[in-house]
Amino acid sequence: MACAASTEPAGRFDLDAPWQLDAQVRVRPEAFGALLYHFGTRQLSFLKSPALLAVVRSLGAQPSARAACTAAGIQAEDLMRYELALQTLAASRMICKRGTA
Amino acid sequence: MSTAPLPLAEQFQYGLQAPICLTWELTYACNLSCVHCLSSSGRRDPRELTTAECMAVIDELQRMQVFYVNIGGGEPTVRPDFWALVDYATDHDVGVKFSTNGVKITPEIARRLAGRDYVDVQISLDGATPEVNDAVRGRGSYEIALRAMANLAGAGFAGFKISVVMTRHNVGQLDAFKAIADRFGANLRITRLRPSGRGADSWDELHPTAGQQRELYDWLVAHGKDVLTGDSFFHLSGFGSALPGLNLCGAGRVVCLIDPVGDVYACPFAIHPSFLAGNVRDPGGFARVWQHSELFGGLRRPQTGGACGSCSAFGSCRGGCMAAKFFTGLPLDGPDPECVRGHGEQALAATATAPAPRPSPDHSHRTAPYRAGERRPVPLTLSVRPPENAAQPPVTACNPDPLAGFVPQ
Repeated sequence: MACAASTEPAGRFDLDAPWQLDAQVRVRPEAFGALLYHFGTRQLSFLKSPALLAVVRSLGAQPSARAACTAAGIQAEDLMRYELALQTLAASRMICKRGTA
Repeated sequence: MSTAPLPLAEQFQYGLQAPICLTWELTYACNLSCVHCLSSSGRRDPRELTTAECMAVIDELQRMQVFYVNIGGGEPTVRPDFWALVDYATDHDVGVKFSTNGVKITPEIARRLAGRDYVDVQISLDGATPEVNDAVRGRGSYEIALRAMANLAGAGFAGFKISVVMTRHNVGQLDAFKAIADRFGANLRITRLRPSGRGADSWDELHPTAGQQRELYDWLVAHGKDVLTGDSFFHLSGFGSALPGLNLCGAGRVVCLIDPVGDVYACPFAIHPSFLAGNVRDPGGFARVWQHSELFGGLRRPQTGGACGSCSAFGSCRGGCMAAKFFTGLPLDGPDPECVRGHGEQALAATATAPAPRPSPDHSHRTAPYRAGERRPVPLTLSVRPPENAAQPPVTACNPDPLAGFVPQ
């Protein structure tokens, strides 16, 4: 089931909402992080760190993106960078809010 | 983690678990004889992978999480099992983008393709007018391509690709290509001409001039976001800012080629024993070739800039295209033959006496149309051989008697 077209106005990523990987996305772990491929949009994305991969993988099981970051051991001072990365993934429909699909 | 990750280009230098961009040529058979064909295609090779072997390769790509393949040839659609293989791949999480000259894209096939997720189509066109296109791709090929585009657009296939190899004769047509793409609701993709396959014989006449390279770079800077390039113009980055995409030769690192007989080469433009890493029929299959071949291991070790190391543009062009250097007889750790700083021309002049390696193998049609300057057969006058024995009437061609003409002594 695909994400609805972006539900967020171009702006901040909602860290406190529940998120998940889009059902049409596949993940291939690599030494630098991972490769994501969206079969619907035929777009590739790169996760440039293993920690970001851990965050993305746990999104679906955590109550919020913030909780997923905490669970992956992301420090408060690094949270902003992960928020930006997640925002980029949301803009390219790699991840979507749970319940909007 | 607080250390900034390495840029992706740095990461990719050391290779990946599986290729990102895998080209798979399904057959050397082709209805055309393009003068720049990178695989010297024309005739089918009798050793080509069978349907079952192709399906086994797809199974392996699924296991390796190769998310999509670029299928080409030859003309892949002339394989009778082509549509079955496309279905098999997309049913196994391997998306397909295939390149075709359009010969089999009937209205019916176009409707079928438009209804499929995970399938993308790329129609080759090397001139925005029949004159420019057909001089390279053969008479009638422009009409074939445009009919295929009309069929795809008519079936509602939005966003198929029109793929153009840039030559001396079509750089000036960039806006016209874009207009054709817009007319059909397609995306324009332009790529670099390489001296590979039959391109080795036509490169001198076809590759863009130095002035055209600049024109091309400026056009890409202005239109970069609306046009796909397969990241093939990174050698132009020496003109100024780096172009979008991966500015790095991906051969054996993120890119490779499986050819119709299962041979695995470092890149689609490097079909030569020097870049042959193994065969998918070998024990361990494609995964073993990708992960353990000596050749790919070498390509993934840090490369020195060689003669280019001291150039200020090396950081963005990385010395350019390996295949372009190889097939023009240049050293692999030196400048690209089309180096925008002019180092390639000097290097070519210095190696002018030594013959460049020849692409192999050659599957060209033996009856390709004659081209300007090519040697033609010498016309001979036919005559009738005088009968050896005037008393013996000639045997007619249709005499069914097995003893016709036999005279017992």
